[in-house]
Amino acid sequence: MAEQLLTDTTALRRSPLAHLAQQMHEQTVTGERGVALREIPFLTMVGIRVAPGTPAADAVAAAAGMPLPTGHGRVTGTAGATAILWIGPDEFLLVGPEGVGPAEIGPAGSDLRAAGSDDAGTAAGLARALGTEPGQAVDLSANRTTLELSGPSARAVLEKSCHLDLHPRAFAVGTAVATTLGPVQVLLWRTEELTWRIMPRASFAEYTARWLLDGMTEFASPEVP
Amino acid sequence: MLLIECPHCGPRDETEYQYGGEAHVAYPEDPSQLSDKEWAEYLFYRNNPKGLIAERWAHAVGCRRWFNVVRDTVTYEIKAVYRIGEPKPEIGGVK
Ligand SMILES: [Zn+2]
Repeated sequence: MAEQLLTDTTALRRSPLAHLAQQMHEQTVTGERGVALREIPFLTMVGIRVAPGTPAADAVAAAAGMPLPTGHGRVTGTAGATAILWIGPDEFLLVGPEGVGPAEIGPAGSDLRAAGSDDAGTAAGLARALGTEPGQAVDLSANRTTLELSGPSARAVLEKSCHLDLHPRAFAVGTAVATTLGPVQVLLWRTEELTWRIMPRASFAEYTARWLLDGMTEFASPEVP
Repeated sequence: MLLIECPHCGPRDETEYQYGGEAHVAYPEDPSQLSDKEWAEYLFYRNNPKGLIAERWAHAVGCRRWFNVVRDTVTYEIKAVYRIGEPKPEIGGVK
């Protein structure tokens, strides 16, 4: 007789780039021209829609424990813990550590606002904080995965296919924008001087990772004078 | 490649945007009262000036917001960018 022994379904999860983890690791370039690529899988992402300056925005900010970013490129919070990215004039994306995502949300159609109390920073917690104010907090953790590109040559790799000015004077640490990398729509987030997060939708993740690996290849060889 | 200034994000390449046709084409008050000819004119007939035209663009890969642009169809020069709901700026005597 079959028994239901599986209680922790996280063991069944496959991140969009799990199959490329080894290859990304092997193509790490060290030294002066170093650049490395890895996936940071399963980050919690919550899509937030509220109009700034309204009680709804105040409620969401209070529940998230940080103000909402006030304009294009801006980010509040910290990349290492929880941060909120500006996406549009009334649209934001909360990015937090793994594990406060879909499992907390309940089945489709269930009342998010009746969720437990230990859910600050989750879609359920934010939606509950919103109460009856107009707005939205939806778990989008499976929408995008996160690539981290780091090293002295990281910016040069990105500049091959990103049309924005990525020089620090135009794109400081703590800036995040929605744009394209090659043909792929991504969120591009500079988390440290030499470290970038690139967040493509899951179905574009393999293409994006291979695209970046291809761009990294030349840095494994000495510079052509 | 046009460099279009999104009112929310600043200048981005044309490839980040989606074109939405002529701006300020009002939806008919009561479509059921229109003749077929009037309905067809609402749906399909647009100005095609040699010169300035107001048109809609969406920042499709960025903030995903629609906005309006006044563009010169001869030189492709963008004369003005303004948000949805804002009045069309008067430029060079063109209404
Ligand atoms: Zn924009």
